[in-house]
Amino acid sequence: MQEITESKIIGVSTPRVDGPLKVSGIAKYASDHHFPGLLYAWPVCATIANGTVTNLNLSEAEKMSGVVAIYHRANIGPLYRVPPATGFSLILDEKRPPLEDDVVRYYGQYVAVVVAQTVEQARAAAESVRVTYSRQKPDVSEKLLGSPLTTEKPDQKSKRGDAASALQSAQVKVDEIYTIPVETHNPIELHASVAVYDGQKYTLYETSQAVVNHRDVLAQMLGVPTEQVQVITRFLGSGFGGKLWPWPQSILAAACSRNLERPVKLVVSRQMMFQSVGHRPAIDQRIQLAATPDGKLTAVGQDYVNHTSILDDYDEGCGEITPFIYSTPNLLVTGGLARRNVGNPTAMRGPGAVPGLYALESAMDELAIALKMDPVALRLKNEPEVDESLEIPFSSRHMKECLTVGAEKFGWSSRTPEIGSIKQDGVTLGWGVAACSWLAARTETEATVELRQDGSARVACGTQDIGGGTYTVLAQVVSHETGIPVNKIEVVLGDSALPPGPISGGSWVTASVTPSVLEAAQNATKSVLLAAVKSDGSPFKDKKPDDLEFIDGTIRLKGQSASTVPMSEILRIARVKSVSGSGKSQGTFGEAKPKYSFHSYGAQFVEITWQPEIARLRVSRVVTVIDAGRIINPAPARNQIEGAVVMGVGMAMFEETMYDPRSGAPINNNLADYVMAVNADSPKIDVTFLDYPDYKLNALGVRGVGEIGLAGIAAAITNAVYHATGVRVRNLPIRIEDLLAPKSLSVA
Amino acid sequence: MELFKLVAARNIPDAVKAQAAANTAQNGADIRFIAGGTNLIDYMKLNVERPKQLIDINGLSLDRIEKTQDGGLRIGALARNADVAHDPIVKEQYPVLSLALLSGASPQLRNMATTAGNLLQKTRCVYYRDTATACNKREPGSGCSAIGGYNRMLAILGTSEHCIATNPSDQNVALTALEAVIHIQGTKGQRAVPIAEFYLVPGTTPERETVLEPGDLITHVTLAKLPTGAKSTYLKLRDRASYEFALASAAIVMKQEGGKIDFIRIAMGGVGTKPWRATEAEAALRGKSATAENFRDAAEIVLRDATPQSQNGFKIELAKRCLVHAMSQASQAA
Ligand SMILES: Cc1cc2nc3c(=O)[nH]c(=O)nc-3n(C[C@H](O)[C@H](O)[C@H](O)COP(=O)(O)OP(=O)(O)OC[C@H]3O[C@@H](n4cnc5c(N)ncnc54)[C@H](O)[C@@H]3O)c2cc1C
Ligand code: SF4
Repeated sequence: MQEITESKIIGVSTPRVDGPLKVSGIAKYASDHHFPGLLYAWPVCATIANGTVTNLNLSEAEKMSGVVAIYHRANIGPLYRVPPATGFSLILDEKRPPLEDDVVRYYGQYVAVVVAQTVEQARAAAESVRVTYSRQKPDVSEKLLGSPLTTEKPDQKSKRGDAASALQSAQVKVDEIYTIPVETHNPIELHASVAVYDGQKYTLYETSQAVVNHRDVLAQMLGVPTEQVQVITRFLGSGFGGKLWPWPQSILAAACSRNLERPVKLVVSRQMMFQSVGHRPAIDQRIQLAATPDGKLTAVGQDYVNHTSILDDYDEGCGEITPFIYSTPNLLVTGGLARRNVGNPTAMRGPGAVPGLYALESAMDELAIALKMDPVALRLKNEPEVDESLEIPFSSRHMKECLTVGAEKFGWSSRTPEIGSIKQDGVTLGWGVAACSWLAARTETEATVELRQDGSARVACGTQDIGGGTYTVLAQVVSHETGIPVNKIEVVLGDSALPPGPISGGSWVTASVTPSVLEAAQNATKSVLLAAVKSDGSPFKDKKPDDLEFIDGTIRLKGQSASTVPMSEILRIARVKSVSGSGKSQGTFGEAKPKYSFHSYGAQFVEITWQPEIARLRVSRVVTVIDAGRIINPAPARNQIEGAVVMGVGMAMFEETMYDPRSGAPINNNLADYVMAVNADSPKIDVTFLDYPDYKLNALGVRGVGEIGLAGIAAAITNAVYHATGVRVRNLPIRIEDLLAPKSLSVA
Repeated sequence: MELFKLVAARNIPDAVKAQAAANTAQNGADIRFIAGGTNLIDYMKLNVERPKQLIDINGLSLDRIEKTQDGGLRIGALARNADVAHDPIVKEQYPVLSLALLSGASPQLRNMATTAGNLLQKTRCVYYRDTATACNKREPGSGCSAIGGYNRMLAILGTSEHCIATNPSDQNVALTALEAVIHIQGTKGQRAVPIAEFYLVPGTTPERETVLEPGDLITHVTLAKLPTGAKSTYLKLRDRASYEFALASAAIVMKQEGGKIDFIRIAMGGVGTKPWRATEAEAALRGKSATAENFRDAAEIVLRDATPQSQNGFKIELAKRCLVHAMSQASQAA
């Protein structure tokens, strides 16, 4: 791989190319699509979490104005399951097609769907469908560790040495349980599907973080060849993982459109967002750490159990980071799943790593306290030389520098470890730290680049921009390779008809697309050179392409600037409107025997304020240092980290989906009762990127920044809370009631 | 939402007459006034409110804020929360009201929300808003899902075994501390109801929340002049820093004379089934000096009869701290 070290545009903050479209309202999101004859669908949601539908009384609803059709198990028509598959194909979390049987397994499961002329009519009729159930007591119980699992024993996820004996003989030990409640993604854009079936082909406007997979899944479930399905997501009002895989509303919308041969729009309500489009599962984790008195880890144990739905297995994978983040001779990570009457969980920003690091980094803080050691020093002391779980080198790891640079910027050296010992303006401050990491990878990607006679370019890839800035990054990469300015580069994404691109997940879009886009751009410039030597009238006619070079949108004889001719001139002479090149790059994700351990790293430093007199806790300041390879576009990259930090404040202090134990309903199912961080909760955030290119991953040395910013924040906050109050919160979110303890209230 | 008829009232008698035909002025009313609509429409969308007719009262000129002859203030029923909060007289003479309003909702909502609409806003009990659940307030006799369910936000004062829902308003707490008088035009003429008599505790009839009868239109609210030198403040405690209802809040009006408290009014929000006035604690403080111990003793009196539920016991200590802090703020206000 040839390393690209110099660039006029890579690494330069570049305004988002799609920014004007978004702020002017021109950008069309899925539910903005309208078609002549459009009908509206509204699902009927079960109001039990466990039982069977014994009767659907449609008589009132059928008579209501505007109602076109009501579909249920008996008349929805054929819907199929997807076959088992490996790798990144045919993925969906809720595998049962909607309305497949009469059994209700979670609250809000769709039991019918009404199609009407207007959305109000559809909703009113759906609410008038009378459903009779035979009810059973739902299980939405919170305790997971120790409750029956889907497997006989927990699954062994990673092992080295003998953790059990090392823990037994340990001189210093931490052994605690940390829990995380259900969190609901709640992007502002509701999940939506506009399905257009013309008797032959389905064109589906979706809220999808993975249009190619979405197409493949829908083709399978509808029972048609993939050519007859096209999935389009030009813009996404974010997803946070909740829009990675298709959910039942998408299949319902397509089936309704098929049955009626009319376009059908189905927008999920905010309430349904809490029921049937995934969530981060509730998770219990037991962490055991053992160390020598001078702070060297001798054993790490992690046992997690996450809840999953009745029919599907969603594994949160909380042991993602544990095996390689610290050096330890002995380690055992196990995981298990426990069934509950809930919709199937799904990936939420930083799946596995974010919950896993909350527990591990809390335990590391507890260990530092037990050792009477500075928590930064403890982490530095346990820095590994290699990835000890796979016994391979790290591609590029600067964790120590993240910690030391962060400590410097934060002013950590003035921290006194005693509880409640730092005061400022009459409030008590707490300072906490956590380390973090997130995987880096590439997945297989194809792209095309077209160079046009008018001097512009077009780049196309079947990936998506979910708000992070992919449109702009692709324009920058093409600009880097061709010299064509960003504002003359059209970027086309979000369409399954384009060359297949990566899912917008895993923070790997940028790392995956850049190699294929670079290759496509290089191939496109080669086509220009070919035109230059083959076309009559070209000044380079009958030269060899190898004699020429393509520099900044112009062609010339190698090294001879006097011979320079613009690309547009050559294409005009050749009388072609455009030439194109394609690129394809391989993936690293899921490699059986990787050569390097690819990960990003970071350190999170948090300051909280505590006012015991009114039990008020706020996060005031966050310093975050991120080692995520080369940063292509610093401004939106910083946005990613800042947004993740605010999300971390919500995770630590506010967010929790509550299930009513009697009905199994997610009961705080709206944005007033599901509390997340608002602007006033956003701390001062200082983001630093170390910016070390990881050339082992790709030529530009880029990894990705979408998820790592959230990892570690919750632990850094609970660690800071302990420092200020002496209360260790091991069950998120931190509640005022946790801090109304004699200990924390007596901090003066 | 169900189909409904929308009519605009041309004058006050028209409005009164149109609503007088309603089955009730309480929960389940089939004819309703609509002011800002920020509360009513939400509940209509959820099928909790199913009026057949809405009477738009926005055309009635009831939005003025003006001084009364005796030095008090008259606030029109349609005065927007934002306008009241930023009114120079309110800010100068009744800062507790301005602070309470500004601590509530969001700027956009406050631009729409009206004084009377706020007086009558519904509880935020999650079961009240969910028609799939039992709720005595919404469907008398069906039971109370909050008792034994999710009740962290709900009341600890004035509850009954039939309902524990909180009156969620901030404005109403301030108005209670200011002893506001609510002026109502009904079928039998005008009447003036002191705010302390306006709200009902749930008892066995949680569906009845106020003394309003069909045809009753709130026209304005009056505030008496406060004694010279009185200070007032509002403190709201909640999980996040903004845009959330109170877990506990306190409205305090206080005047000291010669180092002693000689005028004190205390009201609490977030903890009561109605805006909670604490007259007994006020009496205990009168003539005492403004010390943390005296404030704490008063707070103990306010919360003495609190009945916690499975999740909201922490509100007792939180409310006490809220009171003590608010009172010490009021006592130190310049
Ligand atoms: C997201 C959100 C957050 C909020 N946060 C807070 C908060 O933190 N603190 C807080 O205090 N409030 C909060 N609110 C509530 C807000 O204050 C109320 O919605 C608002 O005050 C209602 O006023 P309105 O004029 O819109 O009432 P409407 O919705 O128009 O009416 C409410 C009720 O009052 C009746 N009514 C209106 N005018 C009259 C009249 N003149 N005579 C008789 N009856 C009348 C109507 O018939 C209806 O029953 C919040 C609301 C929302 C939506
Ligand atoms: S507390 Fe009141 S409003 Fe809430 S469920 Fe019980 S009866 Fe209904």
